[in-house]
Amino acid sequence: MDLYEYQARDLFEAHGVPVLAGIVAQTPEEAKAAAEKIGGTVVVKAQVKVGGRGKAGGVKLAKSADEAQQHAADILGMDIKGHTVHRVMIAQGADIADEYYFSILLDRANRNYLAMCSKEGGVEIEQLAEERPEALARVGIDPNTGIDAAKAKEIAEQAGFPAEQHEQLANAFVQLWTVFSKEDATLVEVNPLVKTGDGQIIALDGKVTIDENAGFRQPAHAELVDEQTEDPLEAKAKENDLNYVKLDGQVGIIGNGAGLVMSTLDVVAYAGEAHGGVKPANFLDIGGGASAEVMANGLDVILGDDQVKSVFVNVFGGITSCDAVANGIVKALEILGDSATKPLVVRLDGNNVEEGRRILEAANHPLVTTADTMDAGADKAAELAHSAQTEK
Amino acid sequence: MSIYLNKDSKVIVQGITGGEGTKHTALMLKAGTNIVGGVNARKAGTTVSHKDKAGADVELPVFESVAEAMEKTGADVSVAFVPPKFAKDAAVEAIEAGIGLLVVITEGIPVQDSAEFFNLSLTKTGADGKPVTRIIGPNCPGIITPGQALAGITPSNITEAGPIGLVSKSGTLTYQMMYELRDIGFSTSIGIGGDPVIGTTHIDALEAFENDPETKAIVMIGEIGGDAEERAAEYIKAHVTKPVVGYVAGFTAPEGKTMGHAGAIVSGGSGTAEGKKEALEAAGVKVGKTPSETADLLREIFKG
Repeated sequence: MDLYEYQARDLFEAHGVPVLAGIVAQTPEEAKAAAEKIGGTVVVKAQVKVGGRGKAGGVKLAKSADEAQQHAADILGMDIKGHTVHRVMIAQGADIADEYYFSILLDRANRNYLAMCSKEGGVEIEQLAEERPEALARVGIDPNTGIDAAKAKEIAEQAGFPAEQHEQLANAFVQLWTVFSKEDATLVEVNPLVKTGDGQIIALDGKVTIDENAGFRQPAHAELVDEQTEDPLEAKAKENDLNYVKLDGQVGIIGNGAGLVMSTLDVVAYAGEAHGGVKPANFLDIGGGASAEVMANGLDVILGDDQVKSVFVNVFGGITSCDAVANGIVKALEILGDSATKPLVVRLDGNNVEEGRRILEAANHPLVTTADTMDAGADKAAELAHSAQTEK
Repeated sequence: MSIYLNKDSKVIVQGITGGEGTKHTALMLKAGTNIVGGVNARKAGTTVSHKDKAGADVELPVFESVAEAMEKTGADVSVAFVPPKFAKDAAVEAIEAGIGLLVVITEGIPVQDSAEFFNLSLTKTGADGKPVTRIIGPNCPGIITPGQALAGITPSNITEAGPIGLVSKSGTLTYQMMYELRDIGFSTSIGIGGDPVIGTTHIDALEAFENDPETKAIVMIGEIGGDAEERAAEYIKAHVTKPVVGYVAGFTAPEGKTMGHAGAIVSGGSGTAEGKKEALEAAGVKVGKTPSETADLLREIFKG
């Protein structure tokens, strides 16, 4: 999960990383109060989880609290690359002498961590890495030893900082490592890390991604979830422990196993090309179990999506046998009763498939069609979605 | 022949007394796996009752530690069915004991834990300078050598032994592909897992299949996220002489949304299915648009 800048700032502060005062505000009035509290020149910064907010007009300098209120009024509600601004951060103005770059991230290819550092901060780091790779130091980090004072100095040295700055920077790097390690992050990025006119090192803007798998030992992370921008169907699915992602399409998808569901989305999209361009409406992985209750919860979420015109249930019975899945579908339709109104195409394969298909046939539910293969099922579901769409 | 696992492998189960451990120990025995015991420190000294492939009763000893189990049974493979909270400790224990193959089935392990135990495994090297412990997973279905042994949760009744080697990030998609090609059969099928940090990679499996005389063709299944498929493509171009057929899932996945697997996310335009397909095709790998088309591409190879 990506965090907002203000959340990253708070985590930095909690772990001793030097930051400037910053207060989050959801209304222009709150912004004014925050500016008064901080005093002096402040910066009003849009809080969105996407880059390029400065260019989009989402960052403005305010010399007074009234001006901060005015800027907040302009920025709140603004659309930045499809993200609506619901909050601004009022940040203390900085006297910037120099801008640097620092990050720690999970390096999937090398299966360890990577620290990156440059004397040239405040720029697009991808661009710098491409155009002048020599200006970006890259230092591999052993997950079992992390960044200690010696490793931090090595990073500062490789980035080409003068010796007299090493210790001060190394302190900041070690503190940022603490954030990475203690918060179960997969990314901690500071851009820019600044040197102020009086020689302080400050993390001026931060980006943090945390690992949701670590939730069991990071209870505070639950509060960082942004319910405001979460899709209501996704929120409902999450309540039921379903792995659901809403997409823009007409064919609802239910499957078991992430890879098979992803593959199902693709096969439905290809099939849709022959049926008016209908597309998959969601990703929904009900996992290995596929019990009646899970199936009912899944169908309930998908049928709550008004855009959905048909549903494709694609299950490969591995450990779970197909008769259990078929019973799950039949019971789920009973549970849902009249609220189930859209046609369902069911494809079962694998363990005990004959019995599974027999159960579906015996139930003879008017909404259910069975398919023998994944391709045939996808085609049928796309066809049904398209005809439901054209009837309208 | 096969890779990593065969009928002589002596397998222990970490978490053998738990719900998942109990269920899958029974299924692994049914698949013919030579399971010699399990580990649960709190139930050390007891036994668990199961039936072997022939239906005869077996009593499997429960040991205090992986080290003890290895000492008493000569075990060389461990399969871990341990909740995420305790998975790192279980993996560290197996690595410290010097087990040859560790299959971590557990889903939902914090990635820093995986990074820590994987890097620990790199420091424990044998006389050949290579790590003693090969890790498969985490968050994977494990490995099956049909007709011989199963270390994981792959259904053993999908298909028989045959000449295809399969490596995949996904579980059910692997089963689907094995089902599509059940008439030909598999030497070994290995699910490497969908997490951002995994032990055995596509490249490791490709190398092993290339060196396995019984494997005549390889199916490689990838999915969005990371650049493992791109790196595998480079490896295939340089080192693999056997025919490889590929499939990549996730063409319709939008940027920034994680699709079930923690590793399956398209970020900043990288890790797309299209990019992976192009890289594989540039390496001479035929890539199917769907699982069934992929199976057809492979079938053509055997038709000659």
